Amino acid sequence: MLGKTLKQLSESLSKKEFSSAELTQFYLDRINRYDGEICAYNYINEKVIEQAKAVDEKRAKGETLPVYAGIPMALKDLIIQKDMPATCSSKILEGFVPPFQGTAAQLLEDAGFLCLGKLSMDEFAMGSSNETAFRKKTRNPWDTTKVPGGSSGGSAASVAAGLTTFALGSDTGGSIRQPASLCGITGMKPTYGRVSRFGLIAFASSLDQIGPMTSNISDNAAVLSVIGKYDKKDSTSLNIAQDDYSKYLTGDVKGMKIGVPKEYFAEGIAADVRECVNNAIKAYEGMGCEIIEISMPHTEYAVATYYIIATAEASSNLGRYDGIRFGYRADADNLKDMFYESRSQGFGDEVKRRIMLGTYVLSAGYYDAYYIKAQKVRTLIKQDFVNAFEKVDAIICPTSPTTAFKAGEKMSDPLQMYLSDINTISLNLYGGCGLSMPCGFGADGMPVGVQLLGKYFDEGRLYNLAYAFEQQAKLPTMPEKLK
Amino acid sequence: MSYEPVIGLEVHVQMSTESKIFCTCSNKFGSDPNTNVCPVCLGMPGVLPVLNEKVVEYTVKAGLALNCQIRTKSVFARKNYFYPDLPKAYQISQYELPICEHGYIDIELEDGTQKRIGITRIHIEEDAGKLNHEAGCSLVDLNRTGTPLMEIVSEPDLRSAEEAKAYLTKLKTILEYVEVSDCNMEEGSMRCDANVSIRPDSNAPFGTRAEIKNVNSFRNVERAIKYEQKRQEKVLNEGGKIVQETRLFNADTGITASMRGKEDAHDYRYFPDPDLVPIVLEDKFIDGIKAWMPELPDAKRARFMSEYGLSGIDADFLVSAKSYGAYFEQAVKSHYNPKAVCNWVMGELMRRLNDKQCTIFEAGVSPENLAEIVKLIDEGKISGNIAKQVFDETAETGKKPSDIVAEKGLVQNSNEDELEAIVKQVLDANPAETERYKNGETKLQGFFMGQIMKASKGKANPAVVAPLLKKLTS
Repeated sequence: MLGKTLKQLSESLSKKEFSSAELTQFYLDRINRYDGEICAYNYINEKVIEQAKAVDEKRAKGETLPVYAGIPMALKDLIIQKDMPATCSSKILEGFVPPFQGTAAQLLEDAGFLCLGKLSMDEFAMGSSNETAFRKKTRNPWDTTKVPGGSSGGSAASVAAGLTTFALGSDTGGSIRQPASLCGITGMKPTYGRVSRFGLIAFASSLDQIGPMTSNISDNAAVLSVIGKYDKKDSTSLNIAQDDYSKYLTGDVKGMKIGVPKEYFAEGIAADVRECVNNAIKAYEGMGCEIIEISMPHTEYAVATYYIIATAEASSNLGRYDGIRFGYRADADNLKDMFYESRSQGFGDEVKRRIMLGTYVLSAGYYDAYYIKAQKVRTLIKQDFVNAFEKVDAIICPTSPTTAFKAGEKMSDPLQMYLSDINTISLNLYGGCGLSMPCGFGADGMPVGVQLLGKYFDEGRLYNLAYAFEQQAKLPTMPEKLK
Repeated sequence: MSYEPVIGLEVHVQMSTESKIFCTCSNKFGSDPNTNVCPVCLGMPGVLPVLNEKVVEYTVKAGLALNCQIRTKSVFARKNYFYPDLPKAYQISQYELPICEHGYIDIELEDGTQKRIGITRIHIEEDAGKLNHEAGCSLVDLNRTGTPLMEIVSEPDLRSAEEAKAYLTKLKTILEYVEVSDCNMEEGSMRCDANVSIRPDSNAPFGTRAEIKNVNSFRNVERAIKYEQKRQEKVLNEGGKIVQETRLFNADTGITASMRGKEDAHDYRYFPDPDLVPIVLEDKFIDGIKAWMPELPDAKRARFMSEYGLSGIDADFLVSAKSYGAYFEQAVKSHYNPKAVCNWVMGELMRRLNDKQCTIFEAGVSPENLAEIVKLIDEGKISGNIAKQVFDETAETGKKPSDIVAEKGLVQNSNEDELEAIVKQVLDANPAETERYKNGETKLQGFFMGQIMKASKGKANPAVVAPLLKKLTS
């Protein structure tokens, strides 16, 4: 069962080569066996076997089933699945069980998928190593002394370790692509407005986007085809037709113009990463693509701009965790202390740091100097992309400056941690789509990811490029020891 | 030393839409606590607001009625603060780019002149929930969370508590005309904050202002402003300084007390709400609303005076509620005597409205029936006294006035011979008064008319009786 694409699993199930219950049990067994060390799951759906059996019964009766009926998958713990806890890996949301269904989860359910459980992450998606999680600090399946990246670290690790068929993650500044890169899998951050944010617990509303994290390009395209749908419950969802991305998986990329931005190969990009990415660029050249060097001059301001806009929005989005209606509430004698203590005890350090930063940049007297200035720089960064996409069809660059680092290595230095996202952040400020896929292994034997960036709603082109490379490179997507 | 007050009002008006501003919950008032709620208005993690288009429509209606410029692009902003009645810890409002700006309304002053009061802006926002304080605890009711509000901010153009009241009254009337709110201050669907300062004379710069919150009736707006004016005068006359602060009005004691000073003012950290896109209005949308707009009070008042020859006072009354004017015009269509119809509406019908606490169309007397009563009087068929009797009867039974008159034999008596006999009989029964009347005590006419009416069971036609009385006593 391991190593099959979603399409193959769907075929096997309909041919009754194995049942949904068997497939689901297979994953539960693997979770039992490996997750103690990897720590990817915050929550496991106790009813999933029952649900799988119900699908098998329907299949036995010959009922018409949706194409992915009975295939288990898992969700990052900030994506709402009705009646399952949603904690964002935070103490402050412990015990919160949403009584409503999120759009992405609903679309997956409509397509027949079953939810295995909820995956660990950095607390409220704030982090790049999964170490800010309150309980489950996920480790990298390729080397469990190392981090899986973040914030969708649980999602990336669960896919890499074969603890689910695929997972959904979310990406605010690289939170899908960076862990995908560090765990050697494929992650897509769709265009802002492609996937509904209804049911995505907000970190930074103008940047957040849900996306698929998979072990191959075909699965990624398949999942986005399911969840990439207009939703009137999200005012920022764009009303354009749903696409079937499998049609872009042709292997033919001849004549495609690929831009190489020099700013993304700056100092700080490790030599082994640089080498792997350069090999990928050469591979594209060999497939008939035109490689064009480009410049995106405002890239150096991206991290600063991001940490103003994202924290400003977060400081407001996280105000609702006040201990009154749900989640953690501290004992206190009066209202003010209840707010104060619940939030002091409920949030971790990184979240508090960002709330304070965001509160500061929105404060009277600082708003113009920080928030407004950052919005102006954001416009310039967007313009870099617009200019680039006049010359090229897609951009190629390293996803992460290094391969996965040791757990604990960067926790005491937030700035070093923030720089892990230096190559992923700009795209969120622009709002386009971006995909990270494996392109080799570093000197330490850890996976290296290459990133393809595309213009608004051009996911099809990225899948087209990614698939061609994947077919040629044929890299292993799972550590041998876990097979 | 005397001072001139300078007053600006911020009025919050709940819109009477079916559903809330950002979700599909019912916008009904008076339901059991926390029954009109959903994950969106409860501010649960993972939810998003979706704007109710009706809210935009209603605000544009109000904006046009208040002579505002309508922005074709306006933006929602978040106003951040912590309070148990605010589930998201921010209120979605508008800040830098409100939907309506630069309006005005004209109010009538006591001396009969008109004054134009500027309206700075109208913006859209969501209402917060409500806290119910009980012994030892506070209970949160989130039914009101997400009720659509428009905040109407006036220029500091008002110069007395009376002007403030006139402004509010006019504002309420206009908003009722365009059907965007029931403007019920008691139920909180119209709430008012007053910014009050004073200055030595009308050329002096504005003084430091205090913001008075929690004023929940027209009368209290007047009381609160008057109190605050006196308080500030006293402070200045005693050599003190007014401090910028927010004060709370207490309706029981009639005084205002400091709630928080400038240094404790909230920093709301406004910023554009990234969950909502800007409201972009097309000309087509605004034109559609313009075409819908009803005749507004000022225009209707002018028309009633020129078309029906009514006095300013009569016209003011008839336009004070949209339904009064509608009732009046329907009645006049049935029988054309505008002045008499207006008098009946202002008199008998209003008395009944007050007794029954109902609307004009629910009072039991249709415009057609009221018109018929006036017609019966005009044709000399019934007297004014009988007419009141007929009015009560038609109000209770719904019968046609002419049927009531016929059934009960209430037709007025104009027969000179019969009436002469009655007059004689009354004069004979009251010799002393007759003597005094003959000697020039003319005020006794009322006494005799009363007696004659009584003797004729109210049916005597006064127009016939008066000359008869004169003839028989001269």
